[in-house]
Amino acid sequence: MNYKMIGKFISRVLAIEAAFMIVPLLIGLVDGSRADTLAFVWAILLTAAGSALLGLLCRHETSRFQARDGLVCVGVSWIAMSIFGCLPFFLGGSIPNFVDALFEIVSGFTTTGASILPEVESLSRCILYWRSFSHWVGGMGVLVFLLGITSPGVRGSGFTMHLLRAESPGPDVGKLVPHMRDTAKILYLIYIGLTLLNILFLKLGGMGTFEALCTAFGTAGTGGFGIKNDSIGGYSPYIQNVCTVFMLLFGINFSCYFLLLAGHIKEVFKDEELRCYLGMVLLSTGLIAFNIRGMYETVEETIRHAAFQVASIVTTTGFATTDFDLWPSFSKTILLCLMFVGACAGSTGGGMKVGRLLLIFKNLRRSIHRFISPNQVQVVRNNDRVISEEVLNNTNAYLAAYGILIIASFIVVSWDGYGIATNFSAVVSCFNNIGPGLEAVGPTCNFGGYSILSKLVLILDMLAGRLEIFPILVLFSRRTWKR
Amino acid sequence: MKILIAGGGKVGAALTRQLSAEGYDLTLIDNNPEVLASTVNQYDVMAVEGNCAAMDVLKEAGVEDADLLIAATSADEVNLLCCLTAHALNKKLHTIARIRNPEYSNQVYLMRGAFALSMNVNPEKQAAREMLRLLQYPGFLHRETFAKGRVAIVEPRLDVNSPLKDPPLSQLPDIVKCRVLVCTVVRDGMASAPSGDFVLKEGDRIYVTAPNDTLAALLRNLNIISRPVKRVMLCGAGRISYYLADLLIKSGLEVKIVERDYTACRKISELLPRATVIQGDASRQATLENEGLPEYDALVSLTGLDELNMVISMIGSDLKVPHVITKLGHMESTPILNSLPIGSIVYPKELCSNTIVRYVRALKNQTGAAVAVHSIAEGQAEAVEFLVDKDTKYCGVPLKDLNIKKNVLVVCIGHGADIEIPNGNSSFQEGDTLILVTNGDHIIYSLNDIFQD
Repeated sequence: MNYKMIGKFISRVLAIEAAFMIVPLLIGLVDGSRADTLAFVWAILLTAAGSALLGLLCRHETSRFQARDGLVCVGVSWIAMSIFGCLPFFLGGSIPNFVDALFEIVSGFTTTGASILPEVESLSRCILYWRSFSHWVGGMGVLVFLLGITSPGVRGSGFTMHLLRAESPGPDVGKLVPHMRDTAKILYLIYIGLTLLNILFLKLGGMGTFEALCTAFGTAGTGGFGIKNDSIGGYSPYIQNVCTVFMLLFGINFSCYFLLLAGHIKEVFKDEELRCYLGMVLLSTGLIAFNIRGMYETVEETIRHAAFQVASIVTTTGFATTDFDLWPSFSKTILLCLMFVGACAGSTGGGMKVGRLLLIFKNLRRSIHRFISPNQVQVVRNNDRVISEEVLNNTNAYLAAYGILIIASFIVVSWDGYGIATNFSAVVSCFNNIGPGLEAVGPTCNFGGYSILSKLVLILDMLAGRLEIFPILVLFSRRTWKR
Repeated sequence: MKILIAGGGKVGAALTRQLSAEGYDLTLIDNNPEVLASTVNQYDVMAVEGNCAAMDVLKEAGVEDADLLIAATSADEVNLLCCLTAHALNKKLHTIARIRNPEYSNQVYLMRGAFALSMNVNPEKQAAREMLRLLQYPGFLHRETFAKGRVAIVEPRLDVNSPLKDPPLSQLPDIVKCRVLVCTVVRDGMASAPSGDFVLKEGDRIYVTAPNDTLAALLRNLNIISRPVKRVMLCGAGRISYYLADLLIKSGLEVKIVERDYTACRKISELLPRATVIQGDASRQATLENEGLPEYDALVSLTGLDELNMVISMIGSDLKVPHVITKLGHMESTPILNSLPIGSIVYPKELCSNTIVRYVRALKNQTGAAVAVHSIAEGQAEAVEFLVDKDTKYCGVPLKDLNIKKNVLVVCIGHGADIEIPNGNSSFQEGDTLILVTNGDHIIYSLNDIFQD
């Protein structure tokens, strides 16, 4: 294991994090909220010190980097980032318990949006900004950001591929252009562009700049931290619709936008994953709207709420405009199923990803065909491209790990005495980075009531879900730490 | 600059390594997903799976806005078709094809026109030429020529009795009684530019710049005694053997080829009527001894297996054959190989990729590009030849007053036919040829890059 190289990367990640904290610090200075401003000063100093110390310890690194190092690097980076990132909450006293603060920031970075706070409107603006901004950073990934701004690697720079693979969601991660730095830059430019567009549309709806920024960050990262106690429910129908559209846009594979910009419009509309994703959204919205008919005053309102909730859950954002826990069972079940599905691969959304599910279904169909005619040779295709057996095997392994982890967490969390629906939806919601669950953790409630152990388990679930399980799982394998 | 490489074999891999280190946008096309996966994990390049001669695959690799295509698959015909198709998709594209079948060697110029090739490369032929150069001066382990053959950078074969053992390297010109300059020393596998008071230890290797007409004197005064090579034994009857035997026979040498496979023996004896072809297992010492190897002046191991070549060369060294050359096709050059008794090592893929890298650099800066690039000391140092043109800075300024980058050494200045090994008072003028050696990572694209500004 190349500890020094990993240390160097973590040192840089922390340096970037410290730089990101400067904006909330400035907001705090303007607002004059003393305790939180001071907390940010200390957090920046501590993070910068941690970065400097690591950087100093890991000066003489060699650039030999293997797949294992990439996984460990990403896993440990996210944990380090979370520990330093929760300092403003903890030091400023907005969240006095350290585990609670950690839960809140992990929920931010992993773009989950699950909160332990019963209400957020009393928080200072700098804390609210940092909560929402953590979604934006976590959405595309801080290591991808790092790859975009570091100087082009001279020797053996292919190792950056391991980092991209470990941090980007999806079964088969590839580069858009030959250079990693350019790939990372393109991804972030698309991300920034869409976020700015989102802010603009929110502003046109009459939202204040600060609220528009925070809401756009929450939407872009498909996170879901609101700055109002009733999430998006109190805003105008226009703003709710803008949010619906942008949540769906951020749930689309970013390489589709790259293809669009490069002028390959046909390919984008032929993309199987995109079609499946949009079809699923339309179908679920239709079913739910039919199911909840009569609960709201107008048809427009019914469809608006149905579409918003579907978009919010399928992209794993977790905003809410209404308390869907009051909806009939059928609608809730559909939402629970959508929680598993998640957004497209290569987007900022979480969950299992539409693309991966497509592969699992196609592979299953092939297995059935094999039972019928054992000698048939058949390959699995996606967008007319043959998918290698290795990718299929990894997808199956992912599915197995996913199932086992959810069941294990479910069992641990059940100790706290909540109902089965609450516990199960809490685990599913955290693992898939959504935010709200059902019943006691529904859209109007919070995770504050769970015990410390359950919170720690849920923290790990969120990290595992965001990083697609393996970067976190390898940290628990004894073989990883062996020479 | 966007470059496509078709074929991730030996040459393709060497090119990927060199060109990605120089920061170009590389896309590798190969039909083997394993090759692609391992390349993508090592280098910052993009990979496209498929047949490189197929239009869809080329389009997917982005041929329409690429600048250069290098076709280096194992089949000449595929390479040609690949270049032809790519050129039809993008008229501005430069194309380089590897064509190595001896049967096509006479029609290369014809094909260059018909297939719109910018350049063709033949690693085997290049390797054969390199080996011929070595055999012409058997006292050198390496020999690279510059300035139209007037200057050479050589690695003399140093032994325990070398007169260079005790005095510092700065006295070398006095010892060898001619104008030479040590440009690189290799100690414990690490190359560096020597200081004047550097004293050689056993196991060190040096690279020396010398005008071509002093090479004989250099050898004589270093006590490296060598008879001119008259009889050469080649093991293996592949493409390099054919090209080398052809060159050797044309220079009037006696050639014997040992090959295990009967059909290959037949074929090469049909192509080369004046060579003696023996069917036998060259890996057995008895075969080589029966064929009279101890009486030969040189042994060249050219079979398709690197390991076998090393064994054959070791047998040759053991039988005290004065000059042994080993071809290594797959292996990367590493310091470990130099400690084996296998004589000079020739890496055909490196020669070939060096040629292509030179072309790429010339394409990048149309004016002021290097005339010749050779990597020395297992790729740790690079010798580059430039032409001084009107854009070159500091013409006429003595070298000692110039601020030249660390690790860059001006090793030769050619004023027309007159070759000067420079000292602090030397200077260059427009029209001169400069040869530089860089020890280290940075690359010199144009002559003005060497100045520290």
